[in-house]
This record gives sequence, structure tokens and C-alpha cells, in this order.
Amino acid sequence: MTDSIDGPLRRKWAKLKRNKAALLGGILIIIYVTSALFAPVLFTGNPSAPDLMNSLESPSVDHPLGTDELGRSILGRIIYGSRISLLIAVGVVSVGMTIGIPLGLVSGYYRGKVDFIIQRATDTMLAFPGFLLALALVAVLGVGLKNTVISIGISMVPLYIRLVRGCVLSVREEVYVEAARAVGTRDVIILIRHILPNVMVPITVQTSLSMGTAILFAAGLGFLGIGIQPPTPEWGSMLGSARSYLFHAPHVATFPGIAIFLAVLSFNLLGDGLRDALDPRFKI
Amino acid sequence: MNATTRPLLQVQDLNTRFHTLDGVVNAVDGVDFEVYSGETLGLVGESGCGKSVTALSILQLLRCPPGEIQGKILFEGRNLLELDREGIRKIRGNDISMIFQEPMTSLNPVLRVGEQIAEAARLHKDMNRQESWHWAREMLRMVQIPGPGSRSRQYPHKFSGGMRQRAMIAMALSCNPRLILADEPTTALDVTIQAQIMNLMQRLKEEFKTAIVLITHDLGVIAEMASRVVVMYAGKVVEEAPVKALFKDPRHPYTQGLLGSIPVIGRKEQTGRRLQEITGIVPSPAQMPQGCRFHPRCTQVADRCRRQEPPMIRLARHRRVNCWLERE
Repeated sequence: MTDSIDGPLRRKWAKLKRNKAALLGGILIIIYVTSALFAPVLFTGNPSAPDLMNSLESPSVDHPLGTDELGRSILGRIIYGSRISLLIAVGVVSVGMTIGIPLGLVSGYYRGKVDFIIQRATDTMLAFPGFLLALALVAVLGVGLKNTVISIGISMVPLYIRLVRGCVLSVREEVYVEAARAVGTRDVIILIRHILPNVMVPITVQTSLSMGTAILFAAGLGFLGIGIQPPTPEWGSMLGSARSYLFHAPHVATFPGIAIFLAVLSFNLLGDGLRDALDPRFKI
Repeated sequence: MNATTRPLLQVQDLNTRFHTLDGVVNAVDGVDFEVYSGETLGLVGESGCGKSVTALSILQLLRCPPGEIQGKILFEGRNLLELDREGIRKIRGNDISMIFQEPMTSLNPVLRVGEQIAEAARLHKDMNRQESWHWAREMLRMVQIPGPGSRSRQYPHKFSGGMRQRAMIAMALSCNPRLILADEPTTALDVTIQAQIMNLMQRLKEEFKTAIVLITHDLGVIAEMASRVVVMYAGKVVEEAPVKALFKDPRHPYTQGLLGSIPVIGRKEQTGRRLQEITGIVPSPAQMPQGCRFHPRCTQVADRCRRQEPPMIRLARHRRVNCWLERE
């Protein structure tokens, strides 16, 4: 929502820009997004086509980051891998938000029995470490992009429920919610138009942090061989297949590792920056 | 006021209880009063005497902790307490609306002011977006906000306290309700703005023929606005009187105390009396004193007051006192 008259958003943007770490995170994300969008332009070959004559080559002019055990360019696979990773990140937070936000809103607004049931279910899910939960879900659903997204997405749901519920608990006591009720506004409209926009700030921050986590989880699943399946270029599975050559071709594992590290770092930096810029009251 | 007209709102034996960890708390205990079409009824009392809870009970806006409401609230003959959720929702805003004490927080910070008024109008009137925005601008003009066109597109943080309260009034009036519950509408405002808001409410009341229940602890506001006054203490009605009679001849010791605690410049010279106070504090609803609830603070307390609750003594139409003194 932009306010053209005095632009509170512009002030927040200025604050975000002053935060060097957040700025760095933002720039890295832009680089990743650009490489994902323009992958075919940046890397003209086929990232999945083997070239066994040139396997496990060190970085050279032809292959700036070297080649893997099947002779495929690591740079090309990292560039194409950013598509998969960002797709997973966006998919995961979409799943998490679509399920988590409505449940959190209902739970916090109505309290009572509904709240109790939702919260106990959330407790149950939070009892497992997030990655373990995703792992178990993949075991049930099977491998593949869609199932990876669903599994990690569901493991994010309890975080959103807790976050949204907590914020709704404070916002529902605001006089403007009472005032909206006093003029006869329906509960659905109160939730969507009056409460939701007021809890968007922590949701935005959580989403940025969750995207980093999602990339890490997806890479973890890929590394274990139960995420995105080869030959699709995916950072985690690249890392997984590179571990056999760790001693005589360490670059094969190093560069995908750096890609994962920087991607997660950039989302976390941006998330922290957003939190500080958007509202100092919302410390998660 | 015509003696035969049916009251617009009749509150009969209203009891509102809260179940708390300290036990059941009777925030409102057997309150009854009537409001007639087009009049302003003052509801007076100290903080915590149950005036706000009474108003919230009428619209069933109480929620946390879940309050239990008993009694009858007849609006144009219909008992509001028997309506279902949807029924009471249709009453809110359309027939009865409410103005709150805190104008600084009663507008949603993320919605444009015009949108909030337009939304209220759309709820009960058959309007599309454009019509409702047009209506919102009209309402802002009605409450004398300069430049309603551009103001309606602004967010609440650009509005001052007085302007926000005007916007709230516009929102409350947007469906032309028959009754407005104004819960301390001017308490949070500067004195000069208070007067403006009061004048505005008075003018709009006449224009829209709306009845107002004015909840306040400010007797000056009551003297200015109300035609009849109900005085509450610790969840009960202690006195009801037409406004002039109340100021001239307060019967209940609590009302006398309230009126005595208004500073009058030069009183000491004239009467030799200092500004009075009512000693003590409002009792906690969880631990109500035996007998008359006011007796620990009453200057004219007798033995009987400590043992037995006083009866409501009706002196005239719209004139009643809940005190043993009236018996003698």
C-alpha cells in the first residue's frame, strides 16, 4: 500500500537502504533472481548434458568454476540451480502462508476451542525439528519438486500460525477493531481488512527468513538424495554427488556450497533489515 | 417529551458478569433505564462503575473475558439479547452505533479515513464503492472537516485527535442510526476541542433526530448536553433525574459528593466551604461491601445502610433514588 502524499514507505525504504547488511542481502538476492530469470542467456549450454571427456576439471576460461564428475559446467548448474532454489523458496512460503495465516488469524481472533485445537496441533508439529518434519513428509509423499515444496511448506506452517496468532492477539484488542465491530462489520472482513494488514510487517519479515530456511532445507533434502532428482541442477544434490570427489576435486563441492551459503545469508540479512526498518516494535 | 411515547431503548434489570480468576464479578448489577427518541441521556459515574460495560452490553461487544449478559434490552420493543450473531450485527451501526473514548486509536492506521467511513456505509446500505466514497466525503463535510475530498484519501496519522473524533462521529452516523452510544467521546481531547465536538454532536443530533446515551464522568459536559441523567455507582443505578433537578437538588449522597467535587471559583469566599472530595475509592467488584455499596464512603451513613441494601425509591417520573435517606 503506497501513500503518495507523505510516503511512510519511502522513509522505511531509506532506513532499509542505510542498513549495509540488508543492502548486501538485497543485492545478492537481486543477483540470484537475475541469474534465475536470465539463465539461458548467462549460460548458453545445456547444464544437464554430460561431457565425460572434461570431467572434474579445475576452473578454467571455458568453465569458470570447473566441471563436475560428468563434465558439466558447475557455473551453469549453479545458475540453473538458482531457478530451482528460488522456485522452491517462493513455493514453500506460499504453502506456509496459505495454510498458516488463515489458521493463525482464526486462532487468535476467536480464541476458545478453535484456538485450543489449532494450537495443540501446532505444538505437535513444533515438537519435531523442522527439517525432520520435512524429511518425514517427503518419505510419505515421495521425491520431486512438487513434493519437496509441499513438505517443506508444511513444516513452515506452524511458524506462521504462531506468529500470526501472537500478533492477532494484540491487534484484536485495538479500539479500531472494536469500532469496526461496533458498526456491524462481519468477522471475515474484520480479519481480512482490519487485522491482516496490521500483522503484515512480522509476516513479511518471517517470509524473508523462511525463504532462506526453505533453500537450506531443499538443499538438505537434495544432498540426501530425496529432494530434486538429478540430472536437474540443484545445489543440494550437486553437493551430495560431489562429496565422493572431495579430496581430489574439492571445487566441485565448494562452489554449490558457497551458492547455498550466500543465498541463505542474503535472505537472512534482508529479513533482519526488514525487521529493523519496518517496525522496531516487532522483534521476533 | 410525550408521556405516552414508547421508549426507543429500554434496559431492564441488566446484569453483566465476568468470570475471572477471582470469582464472578458483577460489573453491571440490575441496571435499568430508558432512552427516548431524540433525547440525550447522561450516564454518569466514576471510572469502573460499569458505565462502559453497560454500553458494550447493549451492543454485545463484550468479548474478553467472556461476559455473561442477562436481563432485557428492548430496542423499539425488540429484545436485543435474544438476537443471534447476525441479528445483532445488523443492529450495530445501522440502528445503534458507538463512539469510543480513544480517538487516537479508534481508526485503523492502515486504511484511508474515507474508506473506513465508506465501509461502514456499505455494510448496511445498498451502495457501490463509488457511491459509498461519495457518501464518506459528504459525512466528513457534515462533521466539518475542511477539505473532505483530499482528507478522505488520507490515513489516520495525518489527522489530529479532534479530527479523528470527528471522523469517528462521521463513521457512527454514516448509516443514520436511531441511537448513538457515546462512551466518553471528549475525555481524551483538549478542552477547546471538547466544546467543538460537543456542539457538533448537539447539532447533528438535532439534524439526524438521533438519541444519544452520553457516558461520561464530566458533569460539565452533562450539564451542557443531557436532558436526563442516570448516576451509576459500583454497577448500580443510584439516582435518576432530569438534568436541572439533579444539579439543583441532588438526593443521593454520592451525587451530592460528585457535584460538590466540581471546583467553583470563589466558592470558599461565598460559602466558606472548600472543595469537597469523596473519600475512599470505588470498591472492587469482586468484594462489594454489604448493604448499600456506597456506605463505606458515605457521609450520612446509618446502621441500616451497612446491613441492608437500600430500595429504589421513585419520587416522580424519571426521578428515583436508591438510598435509605429517602425513606425518612
